[in-house]
Amino acid sequence: MIASATLFGLCGAALIGLGLYGFVVQAHLLRRLIAFNIIGSGIFLLFGASGARDQLASTDPVAQALIITGIVVALAATAFGVGLVLAFAKVTGQTHLPEESDARQRPLKAGLPDRSVQTIVKDPAG
Amino acid sequence: MSGLAATGFDLMLCALILGAALAAIAVRDLFGAVVFFIVYGVFVALAWLRLEAIDVALTEAALGAGLTGVLMIGAVSRLERLTSRDQDQDAAGPQSPPTSSAARIATMVGAAGIGGGLAWGFITLPPSAGLQLAVAENLAASGVENPVTAVLLNFRGWDTLLESIVLLAALIALWSLARDQDWGRRPGLRQHARPGGVMATFGRLLPPFGFLLGVYLVWTGSAQPGGAFQGGTVLAAVWLLVMMAGLKAAPRVSSTRLRWALIAGPLLFIGVGLAGAVAGTFLGLPTAYAKPLILTIEAGLTLSIAATLALLVLGAPMAGDGLGPDQPDKEPAR
Repeated sequence: MIASATLFGLCGAALIGLGLYGFVVQAHLLRRLIAFNIIGSGIFLLFGASGARDQLASTDPVAQALIITGIVVALAATAFGVGLVLAFAKVTGQTHLPEESDARQRPLKAGLPDRSVQTIVKDPAG
Repeated sequence: MSGLAATGFDLMLCALILGAALAAIAVRDLFGAVVFFIVYGVFVALAWLRLEAIDVALTEAALGAGLTGVLMIGAVSRLERLTSRDQDQDAAGPQSPPTSSAARIATMVGAAGIGGGLAWGFITLPPSAGLQLAVAENLAASGVENPVTAVLLNFRGWDTLLESIVLLAALIALWSLARDQDWGRRPGLRQHARPGGVMATFGRLLPPFGFLLGVYLVWTGSAQPGGAFQGGTVLAAVWLLVMMAGLKAAPRVSSTRLRWALIAGPLLFIGVGLAGAVAGTFLGLPTAYAKPLILTIEAGLTLSIAATLALLVLGAPMAGDGLGPDQPDKEPAR
């Protein structure tokens, strides 16, 4: 019989790999944030499971406390990341970084800078 | 559950977690990816239950699946509004530039190597008792019966204090993304809830229960799974629901009352820590007063965590985001 901790630890390791792949391959910034979160929860699972291999009792409370802290900090970082993505999209109208387009032989659309300037000028509160 | 049934359940759960994660990464449609990510969070919470880490399961369900889900769905709808004018030509194609298949394969090999290496490291990890026994031995001196709460608020109070400050720092960083002319506005994510619609009805129906659950989770956290983070997250969700249902406007970021709510927890925590410093150790809680002190800190932290998390999900104050570009900042309909 395989212990739960072993299975979920391996699952966590697989999630880290999967998340890394998504983080590199996906250019959309929001999808990168999703991949970043998947890497994060994979690390938590791996960490928590290695604190649960001892069959005496439940998962190590110190590991649990650190993971709870980690989950909260991950949300804070994700919220800041979403804020950055939205601010970037507001200025450029793009959802991926310009170097991604260059690296992948797709030039930025012409006329974009004009539009972003218009948005700023048109703003009611300005 | 025992034996084969338990292993079968664990295997299925692992498959579901990995499947949902794969879908969240690879599915074409961005909104679909976000939905799979929320489903993924729920499955991971179940995995924590299987590891008997109920405190983590509660946090993951409330934060990882719940609040992150709201944050991401909000981000998708705002992004659509911000980029719709440019993406007309792209509408049919993928939203992001394609990666060459050689680069894809190289990335796959690299990621599989890292994942495999971690798995190998995990399996060959030497057995260790961890800190379980140390916590169990000192639990009586901590003032609470839940070992996780004891670690969070007593044994490793430093971590929790600094974490509450990290949350504040993240909020300040997020707010600093606002442009000058937007400063002092209400943060975004306002919705036009139809009166009598699902949102408006649930916005009235759920908050009393959610409020009760949130406070209960904090109170019970001293003896059973629960605590300031879990309870605070539920309260944040209740507040978000009330704001999204249009029953109450989001507070202005310049509001003094709001700022006090945000710093109440860390201030209280630092205050108790300094009192401990006078008595001997910074953040040291004398056993006789430990429980009331922990509950006091948790009460303050819950308020601050709930307010900070809700505001983090709402995002930076941004003009022309929730109400369209030309409408001024006005009160939502009641």
